[in-house]
Amino acid sequence: MTKPVPNPAKPRLTTSAMIASIASEGQRTQAAPFGTALVELAKTRPDIIGMTADLGKYTDLHLFGQAYPDRYYQMGMAEQLLFGAASGLAAEGFVPFATTYAVFATRRAYDFIHQTIAEEDRNVKIVCALPGLTSGYGPSHQAAEDLALMRAMPNMTVIDPCDACEITQVVPAMAAHQGPVYMRLLRGQVPLVLDEYNYTFELGKAKMIRGGRDVLFISTGLMTMRALEAAKQLESDKIDAAVLHVPTIKPLDVETILKEAQQTGRMVVVAENHTVVGGLGEAVARHMMLNGVAAKFRHIGLPDAFLAAGALPTLHDRYGISTQAVVDQMKAWQA
Amino acid sequence: MSNLKGHNRELAERAYRVRRNAVLMGEVQGQGYIAQALDIADVLAVAYFHAMTYRPEDPEWEGRDRFLLSNGHYAIALYSALIEAGIIPAEELESYGCDESRLPMSGMAAYTPGMEMSGGSLGVGMSIAVGMALGLKRKKSSSRVYILFSDGELDEGAVWEALMSAAHYKLDNLIAIVDVNNQQADGPSTQVMAFEPLVQKLEAFGWFTQRIDGNDLDAVVDAFDAAKDHGEAKPRIIIADTLMGKGVPFLEAREKNHFIRVDAHEWQLALAALEEGRRA
Repeated sequence: MTKPVPNPAKPRLTTSAMIASIASEGQRTQAAPFGTALVELAKTRPDIIGMTADLGKYTDLHLFGQAYPDRYYQMGMAEQLLFGAASGLAAEGFVPFATTYAVFATRRAYDFIHQTIAEEDRNVKIVCALPGLTSGYGPSHQAAEDLALMRAMPNMTVIDPCDACEITQVVPAMAAHQGPVYMRLLRGQVPLVLDEYNYTFELGKAKMIRGGRDVLFISTGLMTMRALEAAKQLESDKIDAAVLHVPTIKPLDVETILKEAQQTGRMVVVAENHTVVGGLGEAVARHMMLNGVAAKFRHIGLPDAFLAAGALPTLHDRYGISTQAVVDQMKAWQA
Repeated sequence: MSNLKGHNRELAERAYRVRRNAVLMGEVQGQGYIAQALDIADVLAVAYFHAMTYRPEDPEWEGRDRFLLSNGHYAIALYSALIEAGIIPAEELESYGCDESRLPMSGMAAYTPGMEMSGGSLGVGMSIAVGMALGLKRKKSSSRVYILFSDGELDEGAVWEALMSAAHYKLDNLIAIVDVNNQQADGPSTQVMAFEPLVQKLEAFGWFTQRIDGNDLDAVVDAFDAAKDHGEAKPRIIIADTLMGKGVPFLEAREKNHFIRVDAHEWQLALAALEEGRRA
């Protein structure tokens, strides 16, 4: 990947914000879709409880805490305790939504999630902010490998929603699903994109968002909105790109992915806000190989490296997951 | 033993039978965590035949007291108690640790009736116990959560996270027992990582704390009674100092007895030693 050349004329962006909005300028947004949806759902689901490890405000769970103070557990800055206690509450029939940052759930508390939740198939919903590269704070807060870790865990359902429209739908769906779920959370002012496409989330289903003859983007999470923006821009270059959105990373909708990937003549481009190791790209490639589906294959994802601190737009450009970077890569590959 | 109070004499017989079950299971594998089973048998006898409420025919009965085994390698001890309690049929004893058995060497919730959590990864049980105790309070249940863990687990930071939170949430329905037998994988626990003074630490963490000889049945009974009856809104913990291999003198005398191998002829000697202790 070629790094963009610094432009002295461009004003330097503020660096290293721990939490930054991923919304681009002028983009429509919705505030705190997760917290809002959970408050709404909890009206009819008294078994739902909220738990956090000192990150209620930063995972939008504080809205739930304000609405239902007697159903909200502050576990302190102790992620292992958070997930072990969530397992205990699930054992007693409750449905805990446990929140923290993705790095702390997947890296610090992995064994607790593995042993007390996944191995016992406990009905715990793990909701994690700052997934992939959504913080400019440096590797301590950049969960570039969270999908790889969570999809390697048996019994775990893994969801990477694109926008506020989808998060609002994922919350009741994950509550209705019996078993542990890991959801990547976009919090604060979250972009609204998929409502324009009459999108409906279904657990375990990939959805075609737009058709196209030259390229098939297979994307997840916020990369679907980047793929959609890139596809629009590529129209002027006579590149017709389809976008298949794959919000459920596990279980993977292999049937739909293969059906779309085997349409001849389209370059398959997997785009994910995640390291190229162990995420959607490798999963899609595996199933294409196993099923003899041959296509030109490209992979947009984060490098296998400790990422830099800095302003998020700068980092998304540098590591190839901004809309412009996607467009530039596509033009090079389609040239 | 002869000076035990009446009911406690019955408990001594239960403890004998728990030990005997453990030795018989040990013989199936020829090795294992026998010394721990022997040291904790008195505590388990008091838990299952004095302190706890449960229905042997319905191990998942909602009104039961929950017993969490955090130190999953003590499964041999808990199976011995669950067999004695009628929760596991006695004939399964000879399947211990074998293929297709419901009694794996390390406790797993999905395998065994009466096993409330999957152990093996030491230090996770206390946080589950906190969640269960919170859940029981939410349900306004009068059931309690009992959790057994080991002195070696005190090395794990997450145990202290959970200890702190149990006091924060005033979990007076939580009774923990820590088995201080001063042995862990690499040697004496106090040498591996100094954890004393334990009473002061646990009291400072906000727990109603008792320290007893965990092989003195009268003391164990009194400690469980006091833990249940204590009036303050605090979690309760019993520090049980125990002797590895208790009841089998040649196992008590072994220096490294965390995971012991026993020669084929010694199992009968072990059973004979237990029988001798029973008659004494």
